[in-house]
Amino acid sequence: MHGDVPGRRAMSELVSITLSVNGIERASQVEPRLLLSDFLRGELGLTGTHVGCEHGICGACTVLLNGDSVRSCLLFAVQLDGQCIETVESLGTPGQLHPVQDAFRESHALQCGFCTPGMLMTTLDLLRTHPLASDEEIREGLSGNLCRCTGYVNIVRAVRTAGSLRTQEAQS
Amino acid sequence: MKPAPFDYFLARDINSAVRALASASGEAKLLAGGQSLVPMLNFRLLRPSLLIDINNIPDLSYVRDDGTNIRIGATTRHREVKDSPIIAAELPVLREAMHHVAHLAIRNRGTIGGSLSHADPAAELPMMSLLLDARFEIVSPTRRRMIRAKEFFLGALTSALGDDDMLVEVQIPKLPANTGWAFEEIARRSGDFAMACVAIALTRRDNAIGDARIAMTGVAQTPIRASHAEDILKGEPLTEDVINAAVSAVLAAVDPSTDLHASAEYRRHVVGVLANRAIRDAWGRAGATRDV
Repeated sequence: MHGDVPGRRAMSELVSITLSVNGIERASQVEPRLLLSDFLRGELGLTGTHVGCEHGICGACTVLLNGDSVRSCLLFAVQLDGQCIETVESLGTPGQLHPVQDAFRESHALQCGFCTPGMLMTTLDLLRTHPLASDEEIREGLSGNLCRCTGYVNIVRAVRTAGSLRTQEAQS
Repeated sequence: MKPAPFDYFLARDINSAVRALASASGEAKLLAGGQSLVPMLNFRLLRPSLLIDINNIPDLSYVRDDGTNIRIGATTRHREVKDSPIIAAELPVLREAMHHVAHLAIRNRGTIGGSLSHADPAAELPMMSLLLDARFEIVSPTRRRMIRAKEFFLGALTSALGDDDMLVEVQIPKLPANTGWAFEEIARRSGDFAMACVAIALTRRDNAIGDARIAMTGVAQTPIRASHAEDILKGEPLTEDVINAAVSAVLAAVDPSTDLHASAEYRRHVVGVLANRAIRDAWGRAGATRDV
């Protein structure tokens, strides 16, 4: 029956993909069932993207796909040929934190840090597209990311700080 | 927590997608946003032999106004529906509902066609399609047909789609003039599936209710319309007695179950509270003098 569908790739077949990850073009060969989260961590060694629940609930694996926040555990690498992915590694370095990372550090918005990469990438999407005029809006925006340490108060504070920095930059 | 192996087919058009579906004799799944399908694959609740990726099919993602209907392409993502100026102008109750559909990252990927085809009994979009008398355009290798929302949802996670059917477009008639609406939902967290949810559209004729629609989700095996409650409202001016009679009919229409999130008793109680509130809000938005 497989002959009926030209272009059908067998489960054991490795499919060639080329995509941009943090601004660097990456070519790879992947099994169709390889999750983007496992591709980033296992194939590219980008272990900043954390794997929590692997069914789209916890938000720890959130990355940006063409600028939009997405769950990397709910995408297959094979789907991403020609696409643009950004992970937490695209932000700052320990010596020079990204402003959103700096806001998280200033507000003590993390304890164990497991959820932090997902929180940061979600915050980038929120800052790009949402006015973030109220804490209610920030909480709604973060509602897809679970944190078991902080009680969220300091994370909301960090996002509020990042939002006001954005406003100041826009005005200056 | 990793999917079982599957073959992969990147469909370039609708025709090749449904032919691939037909070739697999019920062993294939369409992959749109994947926000419900991929968790089921990761849990190995589903082990399809073939995934047919429809994300790259051109002209399947749009919101259009054809004068009488709003037409939404199957792979239109939740975020695009939520932010669409056409939806905001013509179907504000749907725009309101979209705020309750999942979370930011899920809305960036999940599609309207996927959510409707998945037919989750606690999801908002199946209920909204029922409220708005939507029709679905369904394509298979041999035919193209329309199915009304009220004939589409057969059970929990069960729709009228056959093994080689693909939902390609959602058509929603525009709301009549003088129609007020309300959307009320209780969920554990913002964006979670509803424990109970009510959406209402009331069309005012003079000072009485000309037409009434009440849809609910999270309180039965499928989303449901409260048709008896609708009949009670139609033709009446809105009074406390009419509201109470309609809410009683709503309670008689629901068949909630107990799960991890809420007991059946709680769902039954809360759906009555939400219906009462929603009837009043919808009537206020219909331009009626608020005398109740």
